[in-house]
Amino acid sequence: MTATVLSAQGLVMKFGGITATNNVTLNLQKGARHALIGPNGAGKTTLINLLTGVLQPTQGRIVLDGEDITELAPYQRVRRGMVRTFQINQLFDTLTPLQTLAMTVSQQQGLGGKWWQALGSNKRVTERCEQLLEQFHLTEVMAQETRVLAYGKRRLLEIAIALACEPRVLLLDEPVAGVPAGEREELLKTVAALPAEVSVLLIEHDMDLVFSFAKRMTVLVNGTVLLEGDPQEIAHDERVKAVYLGHGDETQEANKVTA
Amino acid sequence: MMNSTPMSNTQNLLMQSGRWKLWEYPLWLLALASPFVLSSHALIINEIAIVALFAVSLDLILGYTGIVSLGHAAFFGMGAYSAALFSKHVMPDPLVGLAFGMACATLLGALCSATIMRGTDLTRLMVTLGIGLILMELANKMSWLTGGADGLQGVVMGPLLGQFEFDLRGQTAAGYSLVVLLVLFALARRLVNSPFGATLMAIRDNRLRAMAIGIPVTSRLALVYTVAAALAGAAGALLAQTSGFASLDVFEFHRSADVMLILVIGGVGWLYGGVVGAVVFKLLHDVISSITPQYWTFWIGLFLVVLTLVGRERLIRPWTWFKSGTAGGKS
Repeated sequence: MTATVLSAQGLVMKFGGITATNNVTLNLQKGARHALIGPNGAGKTTLINLLTGVLQPTQGRIVLDGEDITELAPYQRVRRGMVRTFQINQLFDTLTPLQTLAMTVSQQQGLGGKWWQALGSNKRVTERCEQLLEQFHLTEVMAQETRVLAYGKRRLLEIAIALACEPRVLLLDEPVAGVPAGEREELLKTVAALPAEVSVLLIEHDMDLVFSFAKRMTVLVNGTVLLEGDPQEIAHDERVKAVYLGHGDETQEANKVTA
Repeated sequence: MMNSTPMSNTQNLLMQSGRWKLWEYPLWLLALASPFVLSSHALIINEIAIVALFAVSLDLILGYTGIVSLGHAAFFGMGAYSAALFSKHVMPDPLVGLAFGMACATLLGALCSATIMRGTDLTRLMVTLGIGLILMELANKMSWLTGGADGLQGVVMGPLLGQFEFDLRGQTAAGYSLVVLLVLFALARRLVNSPFGATLMAIRDNRLRAMAIGIPVTSRLALVYTVAAALAGAAGALLAQTSGFASLDVFEFHRSADVMLILVIGGVGWLYGGVVGAVVFKLLHDVISSITPQYWTFWIGLFLVVLTLVGRERLIRPWTWFKSGTAGGKS
């Protein structure tokens, strides 16, 4: 048994009369490649918001490395190593990718409050930036304003920012959503090449990516965990086929072709 | 500043914006020499330097952090009154008075920073406007201390550094204000080009993501608001000291509005924007009001409308005005 890094225990989230998350328990192992799937409206994004502290759960607790973080503010969770990406890009439009990463890395290294030094005067910061720019294929656009970048590059920057926070737990919210075919390959490769020691929880609709990436999967339906297992079990489970992949083998094949 | 190792390309790119360019040195030298060369204009040079400092202060919160404010005069006025009272009741040394004025404004800024954390831009406009009004009415009511509507009379300034008397032509005053502007401008510049400054711009661009990468947004906002208050307080203190007078006018709404106008004229999110805006605004004021004393705000209003609709980029490039086609979209 490997150690559990992140554990959500009996999470409940109610918005008025609607229960968006209903008693969800999820354990993420160290170095995990865990996918969270489920049809639209299953409560995947709500769960992410609960884990990162954007929302406070009505009930239940969240434990990161043995520490109860249920009450902590989002930025405090980031400092403890839990970082997310967003389904819709959340970038800093007027900064360049280089400035964005330099700012993020400085903040991560505890230099974010330093007002006397120049941004970039620290060699450790710039070296880490160079690595990240290289790793995410952003070197050639590093000096352009983020708002003028192509969508695929913006998507890469979205993930690069999260990695610049040196996460131990990384929550990827639909990383390939909306990426055009030509820019897709680069992104898939980058996701596959994430450092092994980082535990990743992937939320994704793209079944190709899910089945090639995940070693373990959780299926969420109507705010409840329907099933957890390895990809083989999930792919062959009748209930999952019924609610998520569609009925019968023909549609599943069709899904694979179109995906 | 760096070790002997050569700078990498990334370092160079990052540090470019913070470096002083060659043209800046002669520019500041000229500015510092101006009260002595154009001695008959020393008074207006002094005013420009003070307003420029005030605008630079607003730029820190408006341009770099995205906090809108219609009550920045609260800190200006606080600096003005506390510096004036200090010289009247404690000691007349201008530099100590300046430090005291800044300290009081800093304190007020730290207190008020709690009010700008939540809500939308509209909330912030209203809250800052409200605080400006409250302070003005307090100064009006506490007439035993402030002189109320008559203003605080009898502020006598000692010589600067024990050497230079404040003269009637205003040369010492202008030189003093310019030096204070330069020093605080340099500090502000240092700040906006630091990792701290970068996190401010991150908050401005995307607050949600700034939180999601571990930036303590609330404390950063509180800090920059306090720093901006200190700078505004310095500007107010300079005004009170160089004019030997403090009146309710320093808290007036039009001051907060004017400084925002100045910043918009000069350019937001660029420290020289405040300086350029102050020069343009004051000179326009001077020129237009000498032609038509009562109606000068008409022309300022017209200028503002044209500037914001046409765009600064195009306005300063007249040769692009009559070109058809692609230039149109730029604003």
